[in-house]
Amino acid sequence: MRRWIEANAWTLGLAVLLAVLLLATKVIQPGFGATGLDSLARAALPFALATVGMAVVVIAGGIDLSVAAMMAVASVTGAVLMAGAGDGQALLAVIAVLALGIAMGTVNGVLIVVTRVPDIVVTLAMLFVWQGVALLILNAPGGGAAPWLRAMSAGGVALPGLPQGLTDWLPRGVVFLAVVTALIWVPIRRSKLGLRLYAIGSDPLAAFRSGVPVGQTRIAAYAICGLFAALGGLSVTMSTGIGEPIPGPYLLASVAAVVLGGVVLGGGRGGILGPILAVFILRTVRMDLTMLSVDPNVAAIIEGTIMVAVVMFGAILATRGRKA
Amino acid sequence: MTAMTEAPSALTRLGRLMADNPLLPLTLLLFLLIGVLAVMNPAILSLFWAGNTIKIAIPLAMLAACQTLTMLTGGIDLSVGTVATITAFMTATLAPLTGVPPAIAVALACAVLVGLVNGFGVAICRVHPLIMTLGTALIATGCLLVYQRYVIATGVLIPDFLIWLGTGRSLGLPNSLALFVPFAILIIWAQRRSGFGRLLYAIGANEEAARLSGVRVWQVHLTLYTLSSLIAGVTGMLYLGQIKTASLSLALPLDLPSVAAAVIGGTSIFGGRGGYGGTILGALILTVLTTMLTLLQIPEGGRRILFGLIILAVTALFIRLTERS
Amino acid sequence: MPDSADAVLDAKGVAKRFGAVQALRDASLQVGRGQVVALMGANGAGKSTFVKILTGVLRPDSGHVKIKGRESTVASPAGARAWGLVPVYQEPSLIPDLSVADNLRLGDTAMEPFRHWVAELGLPDLQPDAMIRSLPLASLRIVDLARALAMEPDVLLLDELTAALPTDLVARVLKVVRAQADAGRSVIYVSHRFTEIAAICDRATVLRDGLTVGDLAIEPGIEERIVEMMLGGAVAAAVTEARPGRPVASGTPRLRVRGLRTGTRLTDVSFDLHKGEVLGVVALEGQGQDELFNVLAGNRRASAGTVEVDGRPKAFSHPADAIAAGLTLVPGDRAHALLMSRSVRENIAVPLIARIRNWGAVPMREEAAKVATAVETLQIDTRAQGEVRRLSGGNQQKVTIARWIANGVQTLLLFDPTRGIDIRTKRQIYALVRDLADQGAAVLFYTSELAEIRLACDRAVVIFNGRVVDVIDAAEADESTLMRAAYGLSERAPA
Repeated sequence: MRRWIEANAWTLGLAVLLAVLLLATKVIQPGFGATGLDSLARAALPFALATVGMAVVVIAGGIDLSVAAMMAVASVTGAVLMAGAGDGQALLAVIAVLALGIAMGTVNGVLIVVTRVPDIVVTLAMLFVWQGVALLILNAPGGGAAPWLRAMSAGGVALPGLPQGLTDWLPRGVVFLAVVTALIWVPIRRSKLGLRLYAIGSDPLAAFRSGVPVGQTRIAAYAICGLFAALGGLSVTMSTGIGEPIPGPYLLASVAAVVLGGVVLGGGRGGILGPILAVFILRTVRMDLTMLSVDPNVAAIIEGTIMVAVVMFGAILATRGRKA
Repeated sequence: MTAMTEAPSALTRLGRLMADNPLLPLTLLLFLLIGVLAVMNPAILSLFWAGNTIKIAIPLAMLAACQTLTMLTGGIDLSVGTVATITAFMTATLAPLTGVPPAIAVALACAVLVGLVNGFGVAICRVHPLIMTLGTALIATGCLLVYQRYVIATGVLIPDFLIWLGTGRSLGLPNSLALFVPFAILIIWAQRRSGFGRLLYAIGANEEAARLSGVRVWQVHLTLYTLSSLIAGVTGMLYLGQIKTASLSLALPLDLPSVAAAVIGGTSIFGGRGGYGGTILGALILTVLTTMLTLLQIPEGGRRILFGLIILAVTALFIRLTERS
Repeated sequence: MPDSADAVLDAKGVAKRFGAVQALRDASLQVGRGQVVALMGANGAGKSTFVKILTGVLRPDSGHVKIKGRESTVASPAGARAWGLVPVYQEPSLIPDLSVADNLRLGDTAMEPFRHWVAELGLPDLQPDAMIRSLPLASLRIVDLARALAMEPDVLLLDELTAALPTDLVARVLKVVRAQADAGRSVIYVSHRFTEIAAICDRATVLRDGLTVGDLAIEPGIEERIVEMMLGGAVAAAVTEARPGRPVASGTPRLRVRGLRTGTRLTDVSFDLHKGEVLGVVALEGQGQDELFNVLAGNRRASAGTVEVDGRPKAFSHPADAIAAGLTLVPGDRAHALLMSRSVRENIAVPLIARIRNWGAVPMREEAAKVATAVETLQIDTRAQGEVRRLSGGNQQKVTIARWIANGVQTLLLFDPTRGIDIRTKRQIYALVRDLADQGAAVLFYTSELAEIRLACDRAVVIFNGRVVDVIDAAEADESTLMRAAYGLSERAPA
């Protein structure tokens, strides 16, 4: 038990911090309740999904600067395919978008492994490529989303046997995030692939010597990131009902949340839960600033400053780690 | 066992030629593109067109100077578009309130501040320059939006000399050359003949070796990113004179092309190689290429894809070539 | 020697070249069933390249490796394992951020035999859920070895396995390794330690300059013959032009080092280096010499001990501090020292522009003069001016030295400056080092080529296990004396 707490001290600390922040929100705004939680979850959903994707790549020792651009591609593709489509067709569209996400991530990974150009340069170039693709698909925000999809992230969950007063407090956005992440990440984490992802991030040479196919594992990491980016893009379409071709501020936010969530830039350490909690912390700070009727632009500055400070702090830690 | 000296392959020799004289193939490429343009639309070529192309290329080439200098050390500065936008917007909006010289001074001070923050993050905290400059760009944009809410009512004044510089022509040549030619000469001189310029190459070629030779690398980084922001700020003012509107996204579309111009110009994104001469040609090539894409009615999305692929392909080619030799 | 037909592993005529360096010319190795064969060689003889080829990390340019009679097609460590060849490398190949159990899972190794071997090797208390990062280096070695044993290999390749182990664990490891061989498996044992080789090996294969020069049965007194073989003809043909003896300068030494310690390897080193003296440093690989030079050059901090320059205590936090105190380093790896993509002139001139006050216009004429003097002093072939990467190894090395000549030398720290360069350049470097000393410079000269001590130095300190074990005058520094001292075989008491 003690060892478990020690190993997860950072994540537990984040959970406590989030709880404190939510309490503070309640103090600031006594009316904060189920609806507030729901909108928080909906706002956090795309950030959280982008962050999970980024976390997987960072754990494997890389970085993906194209995550926000891939989200834009997924968002517009989904919106275009779903515009005016029936429920069944919309389901096919969702599947197609997820496949597209995996394909985009695989392209990133293959380019990194084959060209041997550093990940940061490849994904920077691909950031522009995916931005361009999104713009070609949809020049301005538009398209549509199937109503059932839109319903998935809004409102409380109806669980049989529980009074609605209670289930209202469990936002669908959170449930959606939990289910999706659990369905994708938990099996990977438990499998050999999960070990390999951590292995190539922790020490690529030792991994190679232990028989890990380093290149393939790296490609897999980017493919997973692409899948989560597609989910993130869909979640944008889910909450707005349209496709958004201009990438949102997800890149820096996801890097900051990954660092704040206890994943070391450089790879090998950390998990998925910490970064997700970090996303909610950052979103709650933003929400509190809004509630304190801080100018939204000032709030954006504060948020950006927090994120940059977190990344700076993380970089200092990473440099220390290398020296030790 | 005898040592066989491998005969250099044609590709290796081409690579060496490119590495030694990047200006030669670039000039050829530029004229090739102009030739293609002439075939596509013979009416377009004229002295006026040439002057116009140079005029459009100059702000791009100046922002690409920031990328060239930072890329020589293996870095990058993605905040230049934002910084240029901020200085332009602040100059135009402060000028009616304070007069032109104080407005310019305040705007440039803001640019320097962004540069110092970038430099601090890169030099002291060792954040990757790409992440750091993206982050400061985000914060700076937020600050600009806040600032804009308080000055929106005061009106806009674009100083006359900036308009003269940005849009005027003398003897058929754009006046912006009056700023650009000395600027380019200074940069090209500094990169070879000043201690600071040499250190940029040294750090990019081998940071560890530079450190072992007694270079305090953080001093160079801090100075470099501050200088980069300052150049971006000056560019913003020139661009303001050219575009003649103060917008909140004025120079943002130049971010990506500025990186592409430096990469096409033969500056290695890994540092240690390249120079500003190639970058100027790169900016001209991109400007001609953009004209061509416009003629072909390629949309903005296609342009971005093309630029991204160019950066990737040139970098990958570069790795291949240097690994062989 | 077993008939190569029954050898479990049979490598013949293996050659490998890296650029201008011929790392292996004609290396061979036969290992019979149930044998422990030591693979020996002085620094730079090609051992590590040979090990990498055997385990599939590198591909040989020519020659062949047969395992169990079949031509080996091993292309990776994982592939080697499928052939029954399991290596244990010098640096543990375990993932720091995974637990012991996860590391086993990663390599498909069964837990039960692993536990058996860990207990057998003296770590019965090892927790399978312990993070690798949290384990001490000695335990990692044991874990790595136990994992290899659990794979039940036909051939076990152990590379400097005992280097970080305490004595009690060494004894257990040796017992287990020997028992493996007695049970019919084969072991390749790469080591510098004669006592261990005498204890468990059947034969020793000796490499020198990329050639297999001998394959001997281990018997009492074999050490001397192995030492001779590792040195080869060099002893007979020892260049006679030894540095004329000079009286050791008295007074305050230029550099005084006392009780220096850093990291795990450098534990306690003390010596004096005087003005006008060339002090050799002799050590096998990994005895702490890298750390010593890094501390003196300001590239690493000492955890204990003092460094005095001209009688004043100094602590360097950056190479610039060391340079300001006159201590200038020529690192062992030229790749760390050179701006490969820049010109000779720019390389030499870096220290001249390092400080902020020199960031302005470069005084081109003055710089050209300084660089020209340095180029002339070192006789650098400047035909390929454009990029240093196109120079020969010897000329590259001269450029790294020239960097410090251009501004005058006070104390020069040379780390293996002649590694992999031609004999003519080597001679020029010896002459240069002597000239510099004659002009009043102090030189600390680490070399992996023992013959050089006599040619370039006045005295030599011998470092073994992170401490100075001997000080030898150049006049007495013939190679076998140095080699014995470096292997800890010397009977002389440390001075």
